[in-house]
Amino acid sequence: MADPRGLPRASSALLQLAAIVLAVLLTTLVLLAAHAPPVAAYLNIVLGAVGSWNVAANVLVSWVPLLLATSGLLVTFTAGLWNIGIEGQITLGAVFTTWVLRGLQGSSVDPGLAIVLSIAAGIAGGALWALLAGALKTFGGVNEIFGGLGLNFVASALNLWLIFGPWKRPGVASMSGTVPFVKELWLPTLSAQSRLAPAAVAIALAAVAIVYVLLQGTHFGLRLKAVGKNPSSAYLLGVPTWQHMMISFALCGVCAGLAGAVQVTAVYHRLIPSISSGYGYLGLMVGMLSGYRAALAALVALFFAALNVGSIQLPIVLKQDSSLAGVLQGTLVLFVLLAQGVRQRLARERTARRRPS
Amino acid sequence: MQIELREVRKTFGPVRANDGISLSVPAASIQGILGENGAGKSTLMKILSGFIRPDSGEIRLDGRTVVIHSPADAIRQGIGMLHQDPLDFPPMKVLDNFILGRPGSLFPDRRRAAREFRELASSFDFAIDPDAWVDGLTVGERQQLEILRLLGFGARALILDEPTTGISQPQKEKLFATLRRLAAQGMTVLFVSHKLEDVQLLCSSVAVLRQGALVGTASPPYDTSTLVRMMFERDVAPSPRTPPAPGAPVLSMRGVSLEALRLQISDVSFEARAGEIIGLAGMEGSGQSVLLSACAGLVRPVSGRVFLKDRDLTGLSYHSFMRDGVAYLPAARLEQGLVGGLSLSDHFVLSEGKGLFIDRKAAGDLAADRICTYNIKGSPSSTVESLSGGNQQRMLLALLKKSLSLILLEHPTRGLDIESTLYIWRRLQERCAGGASIIFISADLDEVLQFSDRVLVFYAGRVSPPLPADRLTVESLGGLIGGTGWDALGKAAV
Repeated sequence: MADPRGLPRASSALLQLAAIVLAVLLTTLVLLAAHAPPVAAYLNIVLGAVGSWNVAANVLVSWVPLLLATSGLLVTFTAGLWNIGIEGQITLGAVFTTWVLRGLQGSSVDPGLAIVLSIAAGIAGGALWALLAGALKTFGGVNEIFGGLGLNFVASALNLWLIFGPWKRPGVASMSGTVPFVKELWLPTLSAQSRLAPAAVAIALAAVAIVYVLLQGTHFGLRLKAVGKNPSSAYLLGVPTWQHMMISFALCGVCAGLAGAVQVTAVYHRLIPSISSGYGYLGLMVGMLSGYRAALAALVALFFAALNVGSIQLPIVLKQDSSLAGVLQGTLVLFVLLAQGVRQRLARERTARRRPS
Repeated sequence: MQIELREVRKTFGPVRANDGISLSVPAASIQGILGENGAGKSTLMKILSGFIRPDSGEIRLDGRTVVIHSPADAIRQGIGMLHQDPLDFPPMKVLDNFILGRPGSLFPDRRRAAREFRELASSFDFAIDPDAWVDGLTVGERQQLEILRLLGFGARALILDEPTTGISQPQKEKLFATLRRLAAQGMTVLFVSHKLEDVQLLCSSVAVLRQGALVGTASPPYDTSTLVRMMFERDVAPSPRTPPAPGAPVLSMRGVSLEALRLQISDVSFEARAGEIIGLAGMEGSGQSVLLSACAGLVRPVSGRVFLKDRDLTGLSYHSFMRDGVAYLPAARLEQGLVGGLSLSDHFVLSEGKGLFIDRKAAGDLAADRICTYNIKGSPSSTVESLSGGNQQRMLLALLKKSLSLILLEHPTRGLDIESTLYIWRRLQERCAGGASIIFISADLDEVLQFSDRVLVFYAGRVSPPLPADRLTVESLGGLIGGTGWDALGKAAV
């Protein structure tokens, strides 16, 4: 979204900076309360994210699903929709991918083709779940936040039922998920030890690039923006509003389904209970923090991925819980949103003061 | 309670909503406050009931100067206001609504409140069950509940804002009887309305507001034409234009019935012909917006058919109407017409753009061209909300497609200066000369008389047959809008 007019750029930037400083300060307070040395903790996070080629590769592994989720959410945000249901859409993508891979494992189908087919199935699964949330909103009058939340629970229950029921490991079912697929059905990685699949990175980059072009350069993107900003005006200007909302849900579902497919084919090579890993919710935060701009969202997603991977060091080195990354991410989003609120209020007061004269 | 207002002033930006109003209302009387939309009635009543504070002026209650800080403060000082849309809580029970807002302990004594409610209700002959749900009551019953609630608070003055809208005739008679009885008991009643008939029937004195100022008072026996003149009088004399030779029908409404909130319109038939301008006149909420929406397919008729050049479009969506050459320009320019946050250039792309990718250069050229043609003060990259009201209206006109057969406008020149108004009408008349038909709503009687060929008058859901504008005067039209002269109309016009 554009800067609210009426406030100079410099003071806007200052407010943003203040938000970041406050977020770090608050996180530092949390660290002090937990009797952890703040400087050492931050240093460990940085080293944990960029200290070696291996951890840097892990950051990219985490970046891919986050970027995919964020790209999809940019489309729904543009249409003025809060697609909370993205978690379930990622899960359904993973479930559909696993379903196809299970069917094709051991058959005569070429492994490369099997992977492609399974990813396509993941896309279909994510889109289906998103369209369900969209249909609930459009035809049932269910707010997409509540519909999405409900569908998230259904998706996660379906996932657990499959892992502990029809798709359970021979012998005893386990929280560690289904039986891993044979190596031929893994998305090829850089090296045998690495989990970084170049194809996955390419998919994520393509997704964010396509979303960027779609929203910035096409008639569809502009119509979507109009629907998001003011559906009644958009309708009177001739934009079919609910149809555009449904398409935006479908597109977000495609991205979410891809994220789920990548998690199965490239990272876990099986279905696990927490397959969505909270990337959907994190994507919502990345979207908000980047002001719904695709180019910036890619960078913020990379930063969040680095925080996630870096904070894994905390329990190892400092015996602290790794959820500190979540604290920092959450406070950052809250303070940045707060700064936006303050900025709008200041801008409003400025215009109000100018008017009577 | 005796109420006295002295030199009350309130401005909103450049608009003088109340321009030094002085009015004295004795206790035990029913004072009518009469005026057209935007005359300043609501502002004055909101000041008296604590919703807004005046810029200057004095309010005296029983001779004592007071400051009213909030609606709760107003009721503490004995002033209760009955709003046009009852301020109740439909999903709650009658008794809960009655108790709400009362001072008292954490746990209200429901049994005592119920007894009080029954006594109060029966003393006015109101049959409302305290255990009923409010959303099951009629508007008239909700009004009665609201009156009881305010009486329960100990109100000694009642303000009623357009209380006869949406209630049945027997309920209206009961309301009037109640108000007369309350006045006889010492209550001061302020009755705000634009319905001449009601005011004349009920009030012991009438104050007329026009453009923020008190222009006169009257007492019984009332002379209708004097009241109408006070309400609508203008300096400029309207000059109706010569009607064009009737072209082929563009829009035909045949026996159309419509339902809206608290309003029913039944069996309307008329034709709008090519090159013709039809004005819809009436107080706000009398049915003209619903009818205009129905002309655009935004509201579906309950019965009857809508034809556009012999094609039956009944029940189809606005987008179907649009494809057949209909355009609808809403009164709320930024809420319904334009998309805030998008640039002028974006708007042209939205309404005309085809294909996959946006051609930014072509869009910028198109925008620059239209901005120049329509004399809009803004650049292709300015956002629509940065434009002034007049320029937003020009922008809406600039967005109209090249070939249109029917243009529907809600308050096309509301809030615009005279230059913009004339400019917009010149553009619209050009469209008419090109064969389009125009239907517009306006609260400004001069505008209706000056620019329409024929006029439909609305009063509480009643719709007049199309009246030739050159046979109407401000007085006769004002009377019709206020609900008088309809009987003569039936004989003369048909």
